[in-house]
Amino acid sequence: MTTTTAKETSELFTPEIRAEIDRWIAKYPPEWKQSAVMGALMIVQENNGGWLTTELMDQVAAYLDMPPIAVYEVATFYSMYELKPVGKHKICVCTNVSCMTNKSDLIVEHLENKLGIGFGEVTEDGRFSLKEVECLGACGGAPMMQIGKQYYENLTPEIVDAILEGLE
Amino acid sequence: MANEVCLRTLDLERPWLIEQYQSRGGYQVLKKILSEKTAPDAIIEEVKRSGLRGRGGAGFPTGLKWSFISRNAPGQKYVVCNSDEGEPGTFKDRDILRYNPHQLIEGMVIAGYAIGASRGYNYIRGEFWEPYERFEQALEEAREAGFLGENILGSGFDFELHSHLGAGAYICGEETALLESIEGKKGQPRYKPPFPAHFGLYGCPTIINNTESLASIPMIMEKGGEWFADIGVKNSGGSKLFSISGNINNPGVFEIPMGTPFSELLEMAGGMKDGRKIKAVIPGGSSAPVIPGEQMMALNMDYDSIAGAGSMLGSGAVIVLDDSNCMVKILERMSYFYHEESCGQCTPCREGTGWLYRIVHRIETGQGRQEDLDLLDDVADKISGKTICALGDAAAMPVQGMLRHFRHEFQYHIDHKRCMVGVG
Ligand SMILES: Cc1cc2nc3c(=O)[nH]c(=O)nc-3n(C[C@H](O)[C@H](O)[C@H](O)COP(=O)(O)O)c2cc1C
Ligand code: SF4
Ligand code: FES
Repeated sequence: MTTTTAKETSELFTPEIRAEIDRWIAKYPPEWKQSAVMGALMIVQENNGGWLTTELMDQVAAYLDMPPIAVYEVATFYSMYELKPVGKHKICVCTNVSCMTNKSDLIVEHLENKLGIGFGEVTEDGRFSLKEVECLGACGGAPMMQIGKQYYENLTPEIVDAILEGLE
Repeated sequence: MANEVCLRTLDLERPWLIEQYQSRGGYQVLKKILSEKTAPDAIIEEVKRSGLRGRGGAGFPTGLKWSFISRNAPGQKYVVCNSDEGEPGTFKDRDILRYNPHQLIEGMVIAGYAIGASRGYNYIRGEFWEPYERFEQALEEAREAGFLGENILGSGFDFELHSHLGAGAYICGEETALLESIEGKKGQPRYKPPFPAHFGLYGCPTIINNTESLASIPMIMEKGGEWFADIGVKNSGGSKLFSISGNINNPGVFEIPMGTPFSELLEMAGGMKDGRKIKAVIPGGSSAPVIPGEQMMALNMDYDSIAGAGSMLGSGAVIVLDDSNCMVKILERMSYFYHEESCGQCTPCREGTGWLYRIVHRIETGQGRQEDLDLLDDVADKISGKTICALGDAAAMPVQGMLRHFRHEFQYHIDHKRCMVGVG
């Protein structure tokens, strides 16, 4: 188990983050703090530029009275948790059947050429990363992608350009 | 007759607001139930009469499921809503959450009253931020208006409801994996029995229903089970939300009576794109066996009609494919999905889904062997019915469907090392 220094604790796990995690804890029976682990990991990940470190997972474990291994299991099981750095904007492109038959491959190709990276990679300036995802439940807007919390549907290469330009 | 049940407020401006929902009579039936102290059994009977079958995919009668709970057993009981919506092709629950969240809340409170539960959770897939925020806002409004919380409308009945966010795992749509996930664990399905009605969330009696199933409840209670049943056809009561996508002009979610001819649904969805010919339809989410286009044009959108053609209505996710699609490539993508999403707990699924993918992949890339089609049949057979949860079957069924109807296309790929459609 990795130990966390007091300095790191205070920097990575602020009172605001604790308050947010507490809101999740309050949703479940008092003896089931563990139920808040998914929410807690998401909050912590968001506050760390989109990915989880072992230290952060250990912190979550300590906060929820869970064995660290139980937290690692959750963090590795669910695909939205990132265990490596990602871009400031994580671009998730759906390539499942409805998107595929509406030419998601052209969207992928366009993004790869434009950004100079493939799936699972981050641009050198750290601004973008690309991820292939399964059906996001928006097949009526195929082809589609998600960046951060936002869905973008009915994509064409031109629309993709406009979307990326609009990002900070 | 469209948008009569779950999407009945869709024509309103900002239909997700509580005032809008109430302007259409929303929460009236809950008030009535609580003030008249309707017998919980009478509610379950009404739901049975409605013919409502689970909209999450399995089509299990909702009223019957509720009757499995022993209401008077001591201890907590739970109502859990499944808004994980991960079956490829399905995008209807997202619209209920975005546009009519209050009807889902009202349905869940009524369900809680009927089974004697005072707590509920709505499990929303992690990618659905916008729907999650809408639902959270609706929860706030409902609490403020006194429709949630302690002693609802002075009736003495308590019901607290929260949402839980997933984090990207198709398997969490399986009901027992979903419960594990709420408990803060990996989403691995449990052995059944015991069923959730006896041992569910936190070991307590639990009913789990799909978003659409629960959102249908207020209208069933308001207008009566018979009214609902009569919208549809025999064995398929009510209307249903169909998510239709693929090579069509106007994809989207359509709430129409069960039993509506597929040809009408296709017309509502704007018909085939670019005037191309319909080749095949996956009628109930990606695990439903494919049906050839001409055959589909003669079928109706209800459980029996689709089952009669060797497939299933599932979640009502209709994927329409035109003649530019290579079926080998379609199956390759679907097999990849099931292999990726297998939770790895049982050998036939963990290993079998990998085999299926690798075999279809090599056929698609011109490396197929003559024995491969028999091998695919064999592997699919060895998965079917031999796994802890239905993901195994969900992976096997599309393979069996494709080989039943498009075997020649796979054979061509093997013989000529290329695609007969000219795309793959
Ligand atoms: C692999 C797998 C994925 C599933 N995904 C979903 C889903 O996303 N949404 C859903 O409502 N049901 C899903 N189900 C079905 C649920 O297990 C369960 O039958 C359903 O939520 C019960 O609600 P209903 O009776 O109202 O349909 C899935 C089942 C399996 C085996
Ligand atoms: S069938 Fe597959 S997904 Fe279901 S429990 Fe077994 S390994 Fe997991
Ligand atoms: S297939 Fe891409 S969102 Fe469903």
